[in-house]
Amino acid sequence: MFDIDKWQEILATIKKNKMRTFLTGFSVAWGIFMLMILLGSGNGLSNGVASNFMNDAVNAMWIWTGETTIPYQGMKAGRSIQFHNEDQDLVRKVAGIGVSSGRYFMGNTRYSYGKESGEYTTITCQPELIQVENIILKEGRFINEIDIVEKRKVIVLGTDIKTALFKDTTAIGEYVNINKVPFKVVGISAEPGSTRNRNAYMPVSTAQMIFGGNNRLHNLAVTINATTLEESKAIEEQVRNVLARKHKFDPKDEGALGLFNKLEAYIQTMKIFQAIKIFIWIIGIGTLIAGIVGVSNIMLIVVKERTKEIGIRKAIGASPSSVIGLILLESIMITTIAGYIGLVLGTGLMELINYFMVQSAAAAAAAGAAVSDQGGNNTMFLNPTVDITIAIYSTLLLIVAGAIAGYIPAKRAASIRPIAALRDE
Amino acid sequence: MIRLNNIHKSYEMGNNSLHVLKGIDLHIEQGDFVSIMGSSGSGKSTLLNILGMLDNYDTGTYHLAGNLIANMSEKKSAQLRNEMVGFVFQSFNLISFKNAMENVALPLYYKGVPRKKRNQIAMEYLEKLGLKEWASHMPNEMSGGQKQRVAIARALISKPKIILADEPTGALDSATSYEVMNILKEINQEGITVIIVTHEHDIAAMTSQIIRLNDGLIHEIIRNGELKKFQKEYIHGLEPA
Repeated sequence: MFDIDKWQEILATIKKNKMRTFLTGFSVAWGIFMLMILLGSGNGLSNGVASNFMNDAVNAMWIWTGETTIPYQGMKAGRSIQFHNEDQDLVRKVAGIGVSSGRYFMGNTRYSYGKESGEYTTITCQPELIQVENIILKEGRFINEIDIVEKRKVIVLGTDIKTALFKDTTAIGEYVNINKVPFKVVGISAEPGSTRNRNAYMPVSTAQMIFGGNNRLHNLAVTINATTLEESKAIEEQVRNVLARKHKFDPKDEGALGLFNKLEAYIQTMKIFQAIKIFIWIIGIGTLIAGIVGVSNIMLIVVKERTKEIGIRKAIGASPSSVIGLILLESIMITTIAGYIGLVLGTGLMELINYFMVQSAAAAAAAGAAVSDQGGNNTMFLNPTVDITIAIYSTLLLIVAGAIAGYIPAKRAASIRPIAALRDE
Repeated sequence: MIRLNNIHKSYEMGNNSLHVLKGIDLHIEQGDFVSIMGSSGSGKSTLLNILGMLDNYDTGTYHLAGNLIANMSEKKSAQLRNEMVGFVFQSFNLISFKNAMENVALPLYYKGVPRKKRNQIAMEYLEKLGLKEWASHMPNEMSGGQKQRVAIARALISKPKIILADEPTGALDSATSYEVMNILKEINQEGITVIIVTHEHDIAAMTSQIIRLNDGLIHEIIRNGELKKFQKEYIHGLEPA
């Protein structure tokens, strides 16, 4: 029931008791404010690290070969293992392997266009690499299946190479010489989360043909379909076994076959973050409890202080329920408004921090691109904001706690005989 | 109007119980102006609290305007207090964060009278008691006599049948005391029953009936001829009430 007279009575009481109102409100606002900052920082940290992982597909796996370190089936250690195209077909057949791209490493490659030239890294690949490494395409297209089949002489340039060779003119459709062989530029790419884009992508079949690779491969980049650490380990194990059987080396030989499983690292890091999140929640709940205790304390004092007033009100005809209602509504009103203020200040501060971080990150990226090519844009803190439902539930919790803490003594005060309340000095 | 029959009341004080009222039989008519006297601990304040439904009694019967007052719910007794009784206390018991007008208007809030209306009525009562200029003052800005007049206005605003005053002059000097007593007398002349508790003989002498309590029992009731003698004895050079 909305009774405007009742609210006027409450507003008048609040206006005349500013200190009491402030103290009640402050403990609630502070609790919510601290909670917002804690949870926001935790989220920021976890978002930041998660975004670093997103530079490549989280389920990416890289496989490369080396020399055997364990003697196997009568063969000595120190034998070098070499991938060929058929190895990719083998790996592709392993259950749980998603897309894959074989890569053939080329030595130094010199790019030239007109009078401009420079040495850059050439990554030979298949179309699937774009999915494994989350490559961003700025213009044109990436390597496609027809390029592979027809062994076309096409190239996708990183933005830095494009800028160095072509300046502001259009690069797509032009021919660059790579080790004196002309290649047609079909796309411009960028790498996620990096300030250097000095890689060029070439069809692996073309590279094998022109630069003497035959059917050799150095490296396989694949994605795996796994959600747990166990699944991902199982896939790893199978890949090892299949390739070990083919190339006759011990499946446990880490030297013969190198393997980096991004998902494994991702899952492990996320486990750490789970722990950090739990830790932050424990502190957050502690903060909330401190807030609840604060509100409860103040409500107890408020009711004690108002015992005589309750007696007076009852003597002149107030029913117990109207007295309790008055105290409770006042408490709920103060805690709601204070909670909201804490919420706005807390989220506001986190948004402000976020804003400045985005600004400084952008500035650092610009400076990094202009001055040096060292290092990526590895932020550890990103989007430090809090889920609004959590914020609202915490505020509601404090409001309810304040109401309960006020209700118990208010009920007692309202049920004692007015004469006893009046004697209370 | 008020009919008490063999009222007993005791208080639990830790392990031992204190028997305060030991069988009070009392009859007060509509329009009476009664004072209750007695030494400390004779039970006079307890009696007044029972009359005002601020406290309950152990045994006996209490009829107020024909209604038996016993084991009523808090809500019902609050409602009855609001309709029937106005209280005046020794320590005024004004709400400290409300100004004079708001204090006077408060009983009407619990009667559901709209704010504007009740403030207007409160102003009328303040004017009647000569406090119109003090309407917006807080209790701590007023003298004891003014505070007691505000309290009387608050007691009157709900148009009660009975005014119960517990040592209404206890915190006031004698000039202000007589002022307050004159106001109560005027109220009584309008037909409202006024019952005051006092230990001052001159104050009691201004009423039309004196009930002396002694050790939880009614010792004597002084009225008519005896009252004249009592008044002559205690009102020195003042106009008899």
